Amino acid sequence: MRFYEDIEIGQRRELGSFTFKAEDIKRFARQFDPQRFHLSEEEGRNSLFGGLAASGWHVASVCMKMIVADGQRAASEAAARGETVAVWGPSPGFRELRWSIPVLAGDTLSFASEVETRRTSDSRPEWGIVQIRNRGTNQHGELAFSFLGTAFVPRRRPGA
Amino acid sequence: MMMLTFEDFPLGRLGTYGPRHVTREEILTFAAEFDPQPMHLDEEAARKTMLNGLSGSGWHLCSLMMRMMFDAFIGRAASLGSPGVNELKWVAPLRSGDDLTLDVDVTEARLSKSRPETGIVTFRAVVRNASGQVLCEMISPIIIRRREGAQG
Repeated sequence: MRFYEDIEIGQRRELGSFTFKAEDIKRFARQFDPQRFHLSEEEGRNSLFGGLAASGWHVASVCMKMIVADGQRAASEAAARGETVAVWGPSPGFRELRWSIPVLAGDTLSFASEVETRRTSDSRPEWGIVQIRNRGTNQHGELAFSFLGTAFVPRRRPGA
Repeated sequence: MMMLTFEDFPLGRLGTYGPRHVTREEILTFAAEFDPQPMHLDEEAARKTMLNGLSGSGWHLCSLMMRMMFDAFIGRAASLGSPGVNELKWVAPLRSGDDLTLDVDVTEARLSKSRPETGIVTFRAVVRNASGQVLCEMISPIIIRRREGAQG
């Protein structure tokens, strides 16, 4: 994982891809979002979605899974190079989350992240604040999901 | 059963819902599948983080909020889904053993131009723990069908 000083606006990372299986869509929906179009193929076909659709929170949670996996890969690569690994802080939230088109059973989303803003924090001089746009694009190249997340990123030289 | 339609969501307080108890097992299970960071999985490692102790994933909190909204009103509303979330703030960590309550307000309700049989209702949802501390706040629209025969 990178320190604040290593981060530049426009930096992009490919996070990997994930296929949404019908059984996973239904399992998540039964627990957290049991709307009919997330539970049944037939109800999905009769809805605006046009098929069994993943809960938007399932899509968001899978995106987080990809972000964490990418961070762990980056951290082990940095450790292998003998570099100090930056441990990112928790996120205070996000804006502009969009479920642009449905994610249907069998769809594969490829996730990517792109840095949009960076600034230092006056109240927390050891942290920088970075906004990252995360996107999920389906197998047809259509943008299905995106959000602008905020993260606390440690500074290599606090207050410098 | 009568479905709630667009007309059933006037501006103002819709209701307060819960409590929903959250167990340590649930926090660990969600984190293992979707957000396997030390602060969500390991008490010892979590104590060394900014959150100072084991906490649930923010996305778990969002998903629990979704379920509470489903149980409160979405499950009996003519909901066609949501286009997204305008803003979500994670204010304080979700802890194991928390009893969550949910306050929901309607902040905006307007008819859809592109689908005249529907309206777009924007909700503000706030999740608190048993001591009244705000854990997260969300502003999000939902597309809801209008009453049968409503037009113009």
